[in-house]
Amino acid sequence: MTRVTPPARGVRIGFAALAAVAFPSLASALPFWLRLPENVSTFGGKIDSLFYLILWITGAIFVLVEVLLIYFLIRYRHREGRPAHYTHGSNRLEVIWTIVPAIICVVLALLSRRSWAEIKQNMPQGAMNVEITAEQFAWNIRYPGPDGKLETADDVVTLNQLHFPVGRPLIVTLHSKDVIHSFFLPEFRVKQDAVPGMTTRIWLEATRVGHWEIVCAELCGLGHYRMKGFVTVETPEEFDRWLAETAREASS
Amino acid sequence: MSTIAVARELPPGVHPEPTSFWRKYIFSLDHKVIGKQYLFYSLSMLVVGGLLATLVRWQLAWPGRPIGFMGKLAPEGMPNGVMLPEFYNSLFTMHATIMIFFAIMPILIGAFGNFVVPLQIGARDMAFPWLNMFSFWTAVPAAVIIIWSFFVTGGAAQSGWTSYAPLSAIMPKGQTLWLISLLVLGISSLLTAVNIITTIINLRAPGMTFFRLPLTVWALFITAILLLLALPVLSGAMIMLLFDRLLGTTFFLPKGLIISGQPLTNAGGGQALLWQHLFWFFGHPEVYIMILPAMGITSEILPVFSRKPIFGYRAMAYSIMGIAGLGWIVWGHHMFMSGMNPILGTTFMISTMVIAVPSAIKVFNWLGTLWGGSIRFTTPMLNALAFVSMFVIGGLSGIFMASTPVDIFIHDTYFIVGHIHYVLFGGSLFGAFAGLYFWYPKMFGRKMSERWGKIHFTLTFIAYNCVFFPMHFLGMRGMQRRIYDYTQYAHLKGLQPMNQFMTISLFVLGAAQVILVLNFFLSMRRGERVGPNPWKANTLEWQTASPPPHENFAEIPTIYRGPYEYSAPERGADDHWPQNEPPSQRAVTAHG
Repeated sequence: MTRVTPPARGVRIGFAALAAVAFPSLASALPFWLRLPENVSTFGGKIDSLFYLILWITGAIFVLVEVLLIYFLIRYRHREGRPAHYTHGSNRLEVIWTIVPAIICVVLALLSRRSWAEIKQNMPQGAMNVEITAEQFAWNIRYPGPDGKLETADDVVTLNQLHFPVGRPLIVTLHSKDVIHSFFLPEFRVKQDAVPGMTTRIWLEATRVGHWEIVCAELCGLGHYRMKGFVTVETPEEFDRWLAETAREASS
Repeated sequence: MSTIAVARELPPGVHPEPTSFWRKYIFSLDHKVIGKQYLFYSLSMLVVGGLLATLVRWQLAWPGRPIGFMGKLAPEGMPNGVMLPEFYNSLFTMHATIMIFFAIMPILIGAFGNFVVPLQIGARDMAFPWLNMFSFWTAVPAAVIIIWSFFVTGGAAQSGWTSYAPLSAIMPKGQTLWLISLLVLGISSLLTAVNIITTIINLRAPGMTFFRLPLTVWALFITAILLLLALPVLSGAMIMLLFDRLLGTTFFLPKGLIISGQPLTNAGGGQALLWQHLFWFFGHPEVYIMILPAMGITSEILPVFSRKPIFGYRAMAYSIMGIAGLGWIVWGHHMFMSGMNPILGTTFMISTMVIAVPSAIKVFNWLGTLWGGSIRFTTPMLNALAFVSMFVIGGLSGIFMASTPVDIFIHDTYFIVGHIHYVLFGGSLFGAFAGLYFWYPKMFGRKMSERWGKIHFTLTFIAYNCVFFPMHFLGMRGMQRRIYDYTQYAHLKGLQPMNQFMTISLFVLGAAQVILVLNFFLSMRRGERVGPNPWKANTLEWQTASPPPHENFAEIPTIYRGPYEYSAPERGADDHWPQNEPPSQRAVTAHG
């Protein structure tokens, strides 16, 4: 073959897209819906890296399978006088394509296990505690008052307003009054069901100040779609001021 | 497993050919008629499920925009044509329920299972013909009840097809009908499962050893075993939920429940998560119940139209068993975010990762079957190829949610909805379409139009990907599933154009199915007439007339070889080799 075909434009764009997914610094060049939302929690980056790692591996397998499929369909389409190749298979190939996927899957499981333990199993030291009780269709959020302890007389309770300081871990104790809800903070990569009759503890830590939304991710009835809360991450001083003010408003 | 086929054929005339209309077409004992009854049943329910999905997608594309005529059709759920949230919840609940239990399962197991299994193993009928008729006629009232539930006060069930307690325990009356309908349908499915298992074990023709069974039969055999073992768990859980709703028990109701400010006085002692454990112990094998038969159909069709033996027959059979075995220990991956102990989550993650392996084996063997073939692009083949290419996406996207940390983000988002539709539409439904085009000539003695079949396939394949692939992007942006109005969340507002694109694609997808319906009915009268074996296939159903006579075979065939001996060198120009064709005279004398 002497004819040289220039690389198709689509292929180049495809590679650029893949490269951008791989290197988050370039990711901003992609349309927003091809990216995960901004991450603002300390452990969220680990979740995102795992997501992109799996995207790369499964993407490569996907391309391999589909390219082979299309190649075989073209190469081995019916032609008069070309009989099919009579074979019942190959044990060597069976062994290879059993072991390779098994290794990939086990490695992915082991990599996932470490982050999972860090995010869901081990609670951090020196955290602030809040207690969130979900109900149809609101989030009741209870803060420790000046004594720093929950379930005491000076607790501060808000509806749908979650405030916490940046740079300090937050431990959330989840309950539900009625049905199952799910406490979902997309930008923090946090999700945990709130189950009636159960107490579940999770933690998170913000990397910057800002405003986001709490989403209910588990169908909880007709108002499920509007079971929205608000997250405000602020500096420790601002947070203390806000808490004191909210406590004053509540007592007056 | 015995390799000696047990030939215990039904005595001829165990149910004589009926002459009256009622016994021949309505209360028939003939597996072929019952298979066709299931086919009509499931295709009708497929249309109902599709229409429900269209309403769901309308709301997602244009939240709150009225549909005039729906205001008259469903004045309570859509007053003046504007959809209420509770009606929206009913729509997706019933869409999933109908598609899973009333469309996909009956078409794969009821229609193809019934029609194909006795023919492929060389039997005159199912082992229990009367039970078979009873199964079908039990499935009919179940469908009536589930449709009826739309018209009771409070509307149809609205707590999702998973019906998580305690929500499902406190929802209006439609939920009770949902439970009763599925309990009735469960009886039907259990009887079918028993029948399929017994038939395959006992009624194989002489020489039909287990490792000479067509892979469709293998898949349906394992599916029936899964059904037999999984369904009673769901039925048990549903009876408990029914008791919680009607008799004041508290299996799923923990102490101290306060519903809308009112304490639920009878609550106490129950466990909300118990429902999820029971439901998913059934629910995960259920996913394989819906995919294994489609895998079997694909494994049947690829060799026929590649004119080549299936690559790795035994690996294919063993991987079906592997999937079925591992399918019992992965249910917890639906519950990573439920509050279940995170250490348990890790074990479920490992078993879930491992179950990807047998699926991968199957995909590679399908590729191996195509390699070196002589491929004919008939309509059944195109649909089977779509199964392979789309199932790959559904399988690979499963790895994301198997990884527990990644699942934190994508659980309960549209990523999951995309995944399940790539498995159930891209997989099960393309498999069902492939089977329909493939066995239609055997069922009705005429072919469906190839030209319209290809137009239907092309439109479906393109529109299907336009509807479902973007779901992965919605999930990546954090859009939760089962949400009536996402536009009120700041981070989801920008997704409306994409949702509109998906809904418009769904209109195209729906319109394409009109072609299928027309092709299906018109071909019964006008399709090209075919002989016994239009595809030159090896399995036994093609070695008898199309459609097969009452009791299938003039004489029970004897089987001499495996089902996929295509293009064998010793056959010369003849590239097929029916399973029941005696070895050639030369070979006989050489051995004799």
